[in-house]
Amino acid sequence: MSDVLTTFESSLDGLDVETTRTDGDGFAEALDDAIREPAVGVPLGLDDVSLADTAVTVDPTAAELESARTGVTPVEAGIATYGSLAVAADAAGSEPVSLYPERHVAVLREEDLQADMDEAFAWLGEEFAAGRDSYVFATGASATADMGEMVEGVHGPAEVHVVVLQS
Amino acid sequence: MSADTRREKAARIRHLLDTEGENVRENASHFNENRYDAIDEFDEYEELRTTVREIKEDAIERLPELIETVTESVEANGGNVYLAEDAADANQYIENVAGDAETLVKSKSMTTEEIEVNDRLEQSGVDVYETDLGEFVLQVADETPSHIVGPSIHKSREGIAELFNEYFDPDEPLETPEELTEFARDYLGERIRDADVGMTGANFVVADSGTITLVTNEGNARKSAVTPDTHVAVAGVEKLIPTLSDLQPFVELIARSATGQPITQYVTMLSPPVETPTLEFEDSDAPLSESDGDREFHLVLLDNGRTAMREDEQLRETLYCIRCGACANSCANFQHVGGHAFGGETYSGGIATGWEAGVHGQESAAEFNDLCTGCSRCVNNCPVKIDIPWINEVVRDRINHDESTEFDFLVEGLTPDEEPGGVDLQKRFFGNYADLAKVGSATAPLSNWIAGTAPARALMERVLGIDRRRSLPEFERETLRKWFTARGGSRVSPTDADREAVLYPDAYTNHIEVERGKAAVRVLEALGVAVRVPDVASSGRAPLSQGMLATAERHAHDAYADLAEQIDAGRDIVVIEPSDLAMFAGEYEKFLPNQSAERLDDNSYEVMEYVYGLLENGADGGQLPAGDGERVAYHSHCQQRTLGLEAHTVAVLEDRGYDVLTSETECCGMAGSFGYKREYYELSMDVGSELETQFQDEAARDRTVVASGTSCLEQLDSLLERPSRHPVQLLDPDR
Repeated sequence: MSDVLTTFESSLDGLDVETTRTDGDGFAEALDDAIREPAVGVPLGLDDVSLADTAVTVDPTAAELESARTGVTPVEAGIATYGSLAVAADAAGSEPVSLYPERHVAVLREEDLQADMDEAFAWLGEEFAAGRDSYVFATGASATADMGEMVEGVHGPAEVHVVVLQS
Repeated sequence: MSADTRREKAARIRHLLDTEGENVRENASHFNENRYDAIDEFDEYEELRTTVREIKEDAIERLPELIETVTESVEANGGNVYLAEDAADANQYIENVAGDAETLVKSKSMTTEEIEVNDRLEQSGVDVYETDLGEFVLQVADETPSHIVGPSIHKSREGIAELFNEYFDPDEPLETPEELTEFARDYLGERIRDADVGMTGANFVVADSGTITLVTNEGNARKSAVTPDTHVAVAGVEKLIPTLSDLQPFVELIARSATGQPITQYVTMLSPPVETPTLEFEDSDAPLSESDGDREFHLVLLDNGRTAMREDEQLRETLYCIRCGACANSCANFQHVGGHAFGGETYSGGIATGWEAGVHGQESAAEFNDLCTGCSRCVNNCPVKIDIPWINEVVRDRINHDESTEFDFLVEGLTPDEEPGGVDLQKRFFGNYADLAKVGSATAPLSNWIAGTAPARALMERVLGIDRRRSLPEFERETLRKWFTARGGSRVSPTDADREAVLYPDAYTNHIEVERGKAAVRVLEALGVAVRVPDVASSGRAPLSQGMLATAERHAHDAYADLAEQIDAGRDIVVIEPSDLAMFAGEYEKFLPNQSAERLDDNSYEVMEYVYGLLENGADGGQLPAGDGERVAYHSHCQQRTLGLEAHTVAVLEDRGYDVLTSETECCGMAGSFGYKREYYELSMDVGSELETQFQDEAARDRTVVASGTSCLEQLDSLLERPSRHPVQLLDPDR
């Protein structure tokens, strides 16, 4: 598994995305280091960690979302070879929370890493079969070259940070 | 085409070269180089091309069934599907969905450009905002896309800054890309938050789950899809693929083929209506979890000619297109002039001929179809393996036929081809070039003197549209075949030889570039090959490139008939002109029974490829002159490169001790008859200027110039002071 994590981190590094490895005990501190306030988030849905002990406003209003500098969401999978993150378009609002603020902090369990696109689509197939059939594979910061040069941070976040939870 | 029309066309192209050419060239070349790099690093490229091709063939075959499947799945998800017969039908439905909406935001979608939905919605009182930054620039400028992926690549940063400063009059004038991006983001962000309806296209639609896939970089498509409560996705019916697993190879190919990215920033796969909470930015006391989640989704599947394309054996392949723009980026003409010349009402680049003929009609394709020279550089770069030059040739043929008139029988009786009378005289002239060359040689040097006089050139320009600034090739009185017979045939007898070869006497080698033919004969003999130079019909390349398909087919039958017996006698077919070899290897599949086409292809070789094979198999190269480190600048031929045969020439020359530098351009710009044509002369020279720059710079200035194609040699002659020749001439024992 650590090979996959190393590949993932190296892919993210190539995308200028920082990663932090942490575990249940270090999570709150690692997350607070990763965010820029004000931060909003959606419930992580994980057993041993939560956003309750952090500076993140969980379940924000649309106005809070609009003015937040950071959006924190769980991501259901990572694709190591591409450095992609699978953001669910779920009822908690992971999609807009990962999209509107200028910084996206993604929380990923190491065991949810997929080695490559083959594994990722196999996983996605299972998700679809279970009725979770709307996802975004997000890879790095939003970008455009339409104004004459590459600029990061267009309609989506300019910065992405991944917190990897190791068991 | 009249002389006036040609002049107008030339003027329009010159204007675009001056105003947009530089920006298009920089951006399209950048995409092109990035794509080559991305593909080099991606081992699965060829395997996935085969896979996606199969998926598309299957999906289009099963299209009616997939439409039923997607209708069921979207409806089961709680959305609506509307199958729109044409643009008006689609627009009417969208207008009804929009109802009394005040604002609609859109992400980039060529299909919505095709139906011109913005105009329709504006007329019915809806404010429409394009949120892709490139499309937004065009909306402000009131211009159309010049590229299917990068719609505003013809605009510079300075031009955009000037436009925005004038249009929006900001407090502080905008200047840098960052400032422009930030301004557009903030302006559009507000529109997105206020919008009642969000409209997107779809790169792929997964039928069995009702999943809309959007492949984007900016994030505007995500926002447009989920911020407003109502989402309308507009997609051509050809975007349907059966299942989610079919999506994977497309995801891995599309970004690499389009911009050279391994994957785009966002691959959005939504099966709407989605569960994402609705966002009420104005009434903002409620947290996201308390949103009503009441979302509406409409998938508008557009036919607009696609069913007819599916039933059209030749246009059907166009429906496999995933609109990555690789055919535009890898096209020398496109790189120089962009989609405002190389495009129709909506689509641009090589594949646009198929799209425009299918969705808007042949007249729209006729406007720009000649800009495809059949150079074939797009062929290996198309991720779905569409034979784009062939589609262009077929549509050109159809355009030729549509221009026929009631007096055609007068012309038909007088011409040596199989075409109806309406075919443009210019096209007919170039299409029958092989016949002309026979007369040219027979009457040389008189034919050259007459053709070269000022009155003759003026007449040719007026009647045939042959630009008088181009020098004409000179016919040799003694053809290659005559020379060969006069010298007593092969100097190596078949009984002493390990191999026997037929040197294919194409019209140029036989009548014009005779010296390269002689050199080829001597080189083959020096390597122990017995040579024959029989009378063989011309390949049909010339009529094919003019869209004279019936004539090209007749040539194919004749040439095959002439060569089949040679192959049966165990002789190899050696071809000097790469465009003829490319006919044997490519288009003959369309004209001949499979077995015949394969047999000819298997037994034909480009001359330097053949020399390479002989040397590799132990032939003694001792009689060939040594290169002794001579510095050579080599321009391969576009079709030769597509066939993967550039490397053989380089390897042979290096093996003989030459120091070889190769050209970096996709095409020299001459492309057979293209550069002779009055309306395209300046574009041809503009494309050629890249090759000129490379071969004139310090690293190449003193190098001997060699090129494999006849028209490349002609172009190089007009671009450079120093002479150029075919690489086989460097190996000539008589050199």
